[in-house]
Amino acid sequence: MAGMFGNAGGTNTAASNAAFKQQLNKVYTWYTGGFVAFVIVLAILEQVGLSREWIGFIFLLATIGLYAGIGIMSRTTDAAEYYVAGRRVPAVYNGMATGADWMSAASFIGMAGTLYLTGYSGLAFIMGWTGGYCLVALFLAPYLRKFGQFTIPDFLGERYGGNVPRFIGIFAAILCSFTYVVAQIYGVGIITTRLTGVAFEIGIFLGLAGILVCSFLGGMRAVTWTQVAQYIILIIAYMIPVVWLSVKQTSVPVPQAIYGFQLQKVTAKEAELIKDPKELEVRKVYAERAAALGEKLKDPKAALAADKEAAAKKVADLKAANAMASELAAAEKALAALPADEAAAKTAWTRAKAAAEAKDKPLGGMPRHAAQYAGDPNGDAKAQQAYDYSRRNFLALIFCLMVGTAALPHILMRYYTTPSVKQARESVTWSLFFIFLLYFTAPALAVLVKYEVFNVLVGTPIDKLPAWIASWSRVDPGLLSVVDINKDNILQLGELSIGGDIIVLATPEIGGLPYVVSGMVAAGGLAAALSTADGLLLTIANALSHDLYYKMIDPNASTARRVTLSKILLLVVALAAASVAAQKPADILFLVSAAFSFAAASFFPALVLGIFWKRATGIAASLGMAAGLGITFYYMVTTQPWLRGVFGVTSPVELWFGIQPISAGVFGVPLGFAVIILVSLVTPAPNAKIQELVEHVRYPSLKGTAKSMIH
Amino acid sequence: MQLTEGHRTYWRKNLRITAILLAIWFVVTYVVGYMARDLSFTFFGWPFSFWMGAQGSLIIYVLIIGFYARYMNKLDQEFGVAEEE
Repeated sequence: MAGMFGNAGGTNTAASNAAFKQQLNKVYTWYTGGFVAFVIVLAILEQVGLSREWIGFIFLLATIGLYAGIGIMSRTTDAAEYYVAGRRVPAVYNGMATGADWMSAASFIGMAGTLYLTGYSGLAFIMGWTGGYCLVALFLAPYLRKFGQFTIPDFLGERYGGNVPRFIGIFAAILCSFTYVVAQIYGVGIITTRLTGVAFEIGIFLGLAGILVCSFLGGMRAVTWTQVAQYIILIIAYMIPVVWLSVKQTSVPVPQAIYGFQLQKVTAKEAELIKDPKELEVRKVYAERAAALGEKLKDPKAALAADKEAAAKKVADLKAANAMASELAAAEKALAALPADEAAAKTAWTRAKAAAEAKDKPLGGMPRHAAQYAGDPNGDAKAQQAYDYSRRNFLALIFCLMVGTAALPHILMRYYTTPSVKQARESVTWSLFFIFLLYFTAPALAVLVKYEVFNVLVGTPIDKLPAWIASWSRVDPGLLSVVDINKDNILQLGELSIGGDIIVLATPEIGGLPYVVSGMVAAGGLAAALSTADGLLLTIANALSHDLYYKMIDPNASTARRVTLSKILLLVVALAAASVAAQKPADILFLVSAAFSFAAASFFPALVLGIFWKRATGIAASLGMAAGLGITFYYMVTTQPWLRGVFGVTSPVELWFGIQPISAGVFGVPLGFAVIILVSLVTPAPNAKIQELVEHVRYPSLKGTAKSMIH
Repeated sequence: MQLTEGHRTYWRKNLRITAILLAIWFVVTYVVGYMARDLSFTFFGWPFSFWMGAQGSLIIYVLIIGFYARYMNKLDQEFGVAEEE
């Protein structure tokens, strides 16, 4: 069995590669069939009476056990196998592995939710996270494959000479990958908790075990074959509920082709809901609430004293009247829940006021689904500015996500694993194709769920709502809550608060599918988070063991020593990331997006100019990377509320051109290019050896002569 | 290694196709995005710019990459710079 995913040290000839691919086709066809059979058996068992907890546990253990099994079968200590899977991964399978590596918990769980909540604006993520692959294909993948080393800092070190560019590369790779991996492990914790009901911290470490067995034993080789397995699970899990919902609503099983018409119906319904008198009633209650809180905030001290007095009086009155214990307990709880002091009261009320104001907007604060941008280009000055800013930020976000995609080390590293430059090019096509399958389904899912909410939920008597609403609001009221604000016992859209992360996980229940499908969707989310975490952990451990230790500290280290060191570091980094994730850091979503801006600003200019411009010099690249990273970091620290808090920035927020902090890379990337070009022109041109290296990467083969200098 | 005229032509052709495909990528993403409000005529149910953002641009991205891979793999053969497999 150990030879199933290729033997270490095997030579890469065309014939052996073809045979290997055939073997893989067989293995993964059986695997897919096995997975489908497994789900069918569970579905039958559910009908016979298997409990939900058990279904959750079986899904969790079976999938993690499977990934661990692949890890054990592909264990290796050979450097080429450990770092780049022996460079024998066929294009199609590398595409699938990249797809799973790429699609994180945010793509699988979060994206459809973001689209549900923000409509057209959410499409920035869809376009940004796919269009970036055009840049990967045109500017990076084939050249990096020809370069043929192990990591991205490797390229920077060789091309620009000296340790400084390599070191900045290591620093930037760790910075982006670590923030990103924390978010994945956090996602693993959330899903495991939902699936089985174990505590969040235990969930994190259960998931961690699955990640570690795999990447620890087999490095890139194990991670690649696990990621292919994870891709198959996640794509099946994503498609089934959407197709079901589509059949239910339109009786057409191709949601991607048909949801335009559902979008028309949603748009028509939005127009009705905006004018609906009951909705306006709900908004009025929220407006009054916000106004009352505003009144309190004018003199928080006096208002808090009055509140405390009133609550204490109620408790005393109830005691005096010998009221029921439950009533008394509620009153005492209300008294205890009041803010402790003036400062706490001020924060709590400001937050409550903002929440109430957000609810006093049409459609519960959601923009109209099909409306491109806020504001109005033909309206008054304020509407014109809103339109301009919203369009500018949409385009800036797309830019950062695209360039960031083309600069994230854990993705670029994957193109080192294909057998040839030709296959590297084809493999980008396959990567994007497999990513595309999920990404062009997400907007359909968002629209179908919105149609269901508008037409089935809104207008239903509160006590006749479907059971899944109650069960999800028990899991976390922050994700889903229903409050009958205007006391008419009928659900209005304004009375429903829904969190983006619930949309995908709840779709099977919204569509009325059996619980086994919910379990499968959760397992799919788990696969997405684990596969991304695998790739990221490997990137960090390799940057430290290969680039920092081997290339900079001890160039005489033996292969076995490097691989062992990488494994130990993997363990340390994984535990560090898990302990950060266990703190449930705030603004985790912001951190993920920040990773894209950091990667874009630090790597993209240096990598692209390194390949396309022989004149780019080492000093220039170091300065350019530092400048790009520096300005991006500076802009985020001075404008993003959470980072301002962390770094104690108190100066007023000054947005440049109205760009949001999430798109800070839009300043870093051009600055990086400008610095590298200008400094290169005033520093001596790179030596002949480096010029030859550039020629070497530009041509898939120069018939031997240029090859000798690399190997 | 001295580059021959053939090598230089190969690289020029590569740069040309890269520039053309990048221009298509730019138009699909940023020009359509910039004019999104004006391009909202109905297209099989969707407003056109919504469809472009959700599906059209994605399809074009896949085609761009697929075309580039095919074109370059053929160019490698033509100029004798393909790897031996």
